[in-house]
Amino acid sequence: MQKNTTPEHRSNAIYGWLLLAPAAVMLSVFAFYPSIATLWSSLFSRGTRRRPSEFIGLENYADLFADPTFWVVVQNNLFYAAVTIPVSIGIALAMALWANANISARSFVRTAYFTPTVLPMIAAANLWLFFYTPGLGVLDKIGSLFGLPSVNWLGQPDTALWAVVIVTIWKEAGFFMIFYLAALQTIPADLKEAADIEGASRWTYTRRIVLPLLMPTTLFIMVNAMINSVKLIDHLFILTKGGPSDASKLILYYIWEMAFAFFDAPHAAALTILVLTVLCIVAAVQFFYLDKRTHYQ
Amino acid sequence: MALPAAAQTELTMYYPIAVGGALTEVVDSIVSEFESANPDISVNAVYSGNYDDTRVRALSALNSGEPAQLAVMFSIDAYDLIEQDLILPFDDMVSDAGWLESFYPALMANGKIEGKTWGIPFQRSTIVAYYNKDQFRAAGLDPDAPPTTWDELISMGKALTNDDTYGLMIPSTGYPYWMFQALAIQNGKEVMSNDGLTTFFDDNTVVDTLNFWKSLSAEHGIMPEGTVEWGTLRQAFLEGQTAMMWHSTGNLTAVKNNASFDFGVAELPANVRKGSPTGGGNFYVFKDTSDEERAAALKLIQFMTSPEQAAAWSIATGYMGVSPAAYETDALKSYTADFPPALVARNQLENAVAEFSTFETARVRDGLNNAIQSALTGSKSAEDALGEAQSAANRLLKAYR
Repeated sequence: MQKNTTPEHRSNAIYGWLLLAPAAVMLSVFAFYPSIATLWSSLFSRGTRRRPSEFIGLENYADLFADPTFWVVVQNNLFYAAVTIPVSIGIALAMALWANANISARSFVRTAYFTPTVLPMIAAANLWLFFYTPGLGVLDKIGSLFGLPSVNWLGQPDTALWAVVIVTIWKEAGFFMIFYLAALQTIPADLKEAADIEGASRWTYTRRIVLPLLMPTTLFIMVNAMINSVKLIDHLFILTKGGPSDASKLILYYIWEMAFAFFDAPHAAALTILVLTVLCIVAAVQFFYLDKRTHYQ
Repeated sequence: MALPAAAQTELTMYYPIAVGGALTEVVDSIVSEFESANPDISVNAVYSGNYDDTRVRALSALNSGEPAQLAVMFSIDAYDLIEQDLILPFDDMVSDAGWLESFYPALMANGKIEGKTWGIPFQRSTIVAYYNKDQFRAAGLDPDAPPTTWDELISMGKALTNDDTYGLMIPSTGYPYWMFQALAIQNGKEVMSNDGLTTFFDDNTVVDTLNFWKSLSAEHGIMPEGTVEWGTLRQAFLEGQTAMMWHSTGNLTAVKNNASFDFGVAELPANVRKGSPTGGGNFYVFKDTSDEERAAALKLIQFMTSPEQAAAWSIATGYMGVSPAAYETDALKSYTADFPPALVARNQLENAVAEFSTFETARVRDGLNNAIQSALTGSKSAEDALGEAQSAANRLLKAYR
């Protein structure tokens, strides 16, 4: 290996580093440093008037694994992700295919689908709070037309998490649809013509040509949806506060509770590290495994 | 235009509002009155959401080195704030001990810990029963005789329940433990000791109390099944969805301004005895302050809790005047003469107990809240749910005993 010490090399190297600098600085300040600081603080006990903080290694993590609430929250979050991710992607794809077809009210349909996305989270949650409220709520009013009894959607353990899931799907599907629409616009028209000449059915064309060409977009959306599924907190503050009896508590809400309601920053830090670890693993799987099977043009 | 001789002391105060209504304007006007009386102090009063939000906001400010000298926070946060070494006892700041004696003793209970006073009452409440007199008349009940016992609560509740209206709603989201405390004390048992170290969740009387709450919907059908939402309850009452609701007295002025029907306010009914927990926020002064700032903060607190200001605050909100002297002011005297419901919360003080608070209070409380909701929604029996909450509380509190 020869050392690159010619002036030209050196100026190239400096030039390269300078180009990297803005991103490197931003990432260090907003991603690397906080992550490392969080990891560090998750290894210490909580300092109080009686006991100053001390190094305790992985004890905070052991506490979490022994905490039944933690497992309830993990279970809730897995369920939430397992329902919201595929359903919102499926609906987004269906809506995009429809909104891309030659129908008369195309722009109206697109706008209608996209509206929930532009609403602020808190506003959307408040809207749904009144949809779900027994007696006053829209859902109950519609139900009573058909003679259905009043249902306390947010006030029952078996329906509370479903209620949150529905709001998320309603809010996310329109957002993902936009990406699919953009991707559909880039599929060359001659592929469709060639398929027609070959006498391929519409379904074959969709399955063999459109869906594979949409794979990069699907991958991108999946990563996004997954991150969103551990990021949900605002809706919970308004809709259920994680209740009844933890039935709708998700991981970020639990982290918030640990840090700010229970004054327990070390455990909150440990939780955060666990979430980051899981996210890294999943992202790696998506990029290294799914990426290989994705067709890029 | 004379410049102030001394440099200005700047105070930042965070405060919550938990019941809605345009109360920020009221606080701002009290603060500007204080500033004109004390030109050497400038106060930056920051409204920061509900009690949880305010605690988060104030503690983040302290952590990030932003100035914060005082805050109104949950009266029940005191143990945690002491344990985190964030607040100062008032005994070390006041020269005149008489001032600490001038408040209602029941309102000082949550702030008195280890022989010192850590919180000064500001927006304080008890739970009161709001009831719809028109619906009482329609059901053939005496509109001036709301239920005074649990038995009457059930029998009147049944008379008031019909297809459009429930007889009673007790909120079970947001602050379920608070309503539960009221029921438990009426049943003759407090749910915690007053040193923050012991809870009595699995006591037979307490289990009984939770079964009673559940029976209101499951057995008597006078309350909706599942949980009742704290945030939308006032609206439900104003729309006639329920004939009676238990809620903070802090809603009183909003109900008065928005009710399209004749309503009444009553003390909570008794079973073994009468009673309600107190609730609401106290003033705290942070440790990390200079002597000038402490003196200025104390001045502000003394001003805001003085009888005249306490009276104005009580009239604007429904929260109670925090000292007997507040009810001796002309303003509050004439207001309560015209509008007697404004006295109910105060009258209830003689039977009031401290609000639920222990060391590790948020986590212990969370366990109790979950137990209550599990029982009300039928996912666990009251006995199992409270037993679990009790063993969780024991685990948490062991370290402090």
